[in-house]
Amino acid sequence: MSEIASHIAPPLPAAADKLKFYGLWVAAAAALLLLPQIFTSGGSLTTFSLIGISIIFSLSYNILLGQTGMLSFGHAVYYGLGGFLAIHAINIITANKLPIPLPLVPLIGGLTGLLFAALLGWVSTKRSGTAFAMISLGVAELIASSALILRTFFGGEAGISANRTKLLKLFGWSFGPQIQIYYLVAAWTLIAVIAMYALTRTPLGRMCNAVRDNPERVQFVGYNPHTVRYLAFCFSGFFAGIAGALAAINFEIANSAYLGAVQSGTVLFATYIGGVGFFIGPIVGAIFVTFLSLGLSDLTPVWQLYFGLIFIAVVVFAPGGITGLLMMHRPLLKAGTLTQMLPSYLIALVPTLAMIAGLILSIETTVHYTVNPGDDSHIKAFGVSFDAASPYIWAMAAILLIGGFFVARKTWTWVGHAWDGVTSVAREKGIAA
Amino acid sequence: MLELIVISTLNGILFGMLLFLMASGLTVIFSMLGVLNFAHASFYMLGAFFGFQISRWLGFWPALVIAPLLAGAIGAGVERFGLRRVHKNGHVAELLFTFGLAFVIEEVVQIIWGKSPVDFRVPPLLDFPAFTIFSTNYPAYKMFMLLVSIVIFAGLLIVLKKTRIGLIVQAALTHPHMVGHLGHNVGRIFMLVFGVGTALAAVAGVIAGPALVTQSNMAGLLGPILFVVVVVGGLGSLPGAFVASLLIGLVQTFAVSMNGSLAGAFGPLSPDYASTWLADIWGVTIAQIAPIMPYLLLVLILIFRPMGLLGTRDT
Repeated sequence: MSEIASHIAPPLPAAADKLKFYGLWVAAAAALLLLPQIFTSGGSLTTFSLIGISIIFSLSYNILLGQTGMLSFGHAVYYGLGGFLAIHAINIITANKLPIPLPLVPLIGGLTGLLFAALLGWVSTKRSGTAFAMISLGVAELIASSALILRTFFGGEAGISANRTKLLKLFGWSFGPQIQIYYLVAAWTLIAVIAMYALTRTPLGRMCNAVRDNPERVQFVGYNPHTVRYLAFCFSGFFAGIAGALAAINFEIANSAYLGAVQSGTVLFATYIGGVGFFIGPIVGAIFVTFLSLGLSDLTPVWQLYFGLIFIAVVVFAPGGITGLLMMHRPLLKAGTLTQMLPSYLIALVPTLAMIAGLILSIETTVHYTVNPGDDSHIKAFGVSFDAASPYIWAMAAILLIGGFFVARKTWTWVGHAWDGVTSVAREKGIAA
Repeated sequence: MLELIVISTLNGILFGMLLFLMASGLTVIFSMLGVLNFAHASFYMLGAFFGFQISRWLGFWPALVIAPLLAGAIGAGVERFGLRRVHKNGHVAELLFTFGLAFVIEEVVQIIWGKSPVDFRVPPLLDFPAFTIFSTNYPAYKMFMLLVSIVIFAGLLIVLKKTRIGLIVQAALTHPHMVGHLGHNVGRIFMLVFGVGTALAAVAGVIAGPALVTQSNMAGLLGPILFVVVVVGGLGSLPGAFVASLLIGLVQTFAVSMNGSLAGAFGPLSPDYASTWLADIWGVTIAQIAPIMPYLLLVLILIFRPMGLLGTRDT
């Protein structure tokens, strides 16, 4: 018996692997502790808090999309309800002077998310695939519209607010200053990330992957795919609720925008751009998208258009997301052939950048003529000033866009050939791509 | 009361036919390509805005023809150069592609036409009351909308049932591979169907534009209802989409015109909890919950008939 077991069970990890694994988590914790020492400004602390919240939310979303293969257009429902309940909880705790400190409030949010996921999930997860996507959209619209009808509970358009500083104080922390909120978010982020990683290693996590890949076979093995989807949905709702509660604590307000389609869309963008195929993908996506939305909105008024275009570009050209792109290169790195790719990448990069520059120029020029036609034609976008009325700029935009497109298409075929050569070398060395 | 029923029925059928104009294209596209076009409502919006712009330049009647053609051409381009590329990455990628597209189209429309509603007027030729019923004037334009939707519906039915291309489309609905094996250019059929489907949505946009509000959020408002229609009707079922369109059109129109509430019906009871936050549920009128009616219907259908009204296949 033991012989068979030793064949089936994976070998115990070596001490070095264990060290690497736990070292990674300790390093992550240390980095979270040290970040505010390096970037001390209030603005960066707010950004870090937003990123932490976004990481939890995106990872919870990836339990659905990446691990169980359910594309949801309404994940913000559980985020938003978690946020609303957290605000109500803070108000009730303050009013009744209950001995519950603020760090436990996200748990209330999480349980709310869990409760509603358990309620709505059974119906939603009856179908998978496209039907599930549409159902999640319908349920999200139902909740978001109801939030505007049930004014006493959801506060209508204005939302409801709370004061986070009036709760039971632990170790003299009032949670007034942003730095304390940052540490609260960081601690919850770490806990949630570890919990969600652990979830992927459980039998349930593995069954989720099986349901994603082949639900029919899951039935043959004796599991009900509906139940597995439902459980994944509940866990996902729980962590989304935690993220929502943290967001509500951070802003001290919850309004109907928390539940809305924009929020659901943002988490989908972040998760997919980061990459759904790897656990770390949504983390990368959350960081990238938060910086992108903060940074782009300073640079150009139509940043949402660029945001959408980036998303489409990722869907078309890099379905694995950022992490998928990076991970593609791991076998090459191991085989030591990565340097051979660099020249063709550099060659392809030039026309691609030219094309993007041309696209940006044309968009910004168009925006000048349609959004504010009466203004001065010397406009500034992405830190570069140019005259939108000048025909030279139009010609340049056209040449860059069209010329760049054709040259880029050519060079990317070369990249494809180089890639084939390099991966076959790696495969000959026995490294699976 | 009778007046209310007659007017609401007319309006409900009108809204239902408009929904079906879009849902039919969406259903046929879904059945053939296996992808639910998330941007379908965006083509409806594009139709309305193209119609508005062209009717300014050339008048309403040319717009009624040109705008759908334009939107259909864009739709065909999207299928040819976008969806076909993404197809190898699976259905999720295709759905996400159309989702991103919907997002981008809304942004582009906002950039070009702004966020506030545009002044898209009923053409003067149709700007008169068609008939007076119980002292309510029913506008001729609404009758025209009804007429256009019914004509297109009939045309679609004839094309699908009586022509060669209709036969191929019908065959491709259930057996796309077999159609390919028989030597038809499935890629071109897909492009054509996608173009026609988006053009139909654009027709709905042009004729609905003057009657409803032409604004950059109209796709976002109508899109979810459209998806409810196809799920309630049964994904991929054309008759189901027809029934569901009319059902949702009627339900929503009737709900808007009703003023009853729990408080109105059981007012004298007035329980204590009616003054707590449950007051919202107690006092809300049916007209107020009209916007969520389609979604309630969706949840009910999912509980009692997960395949949809006339649906047969799971996806």
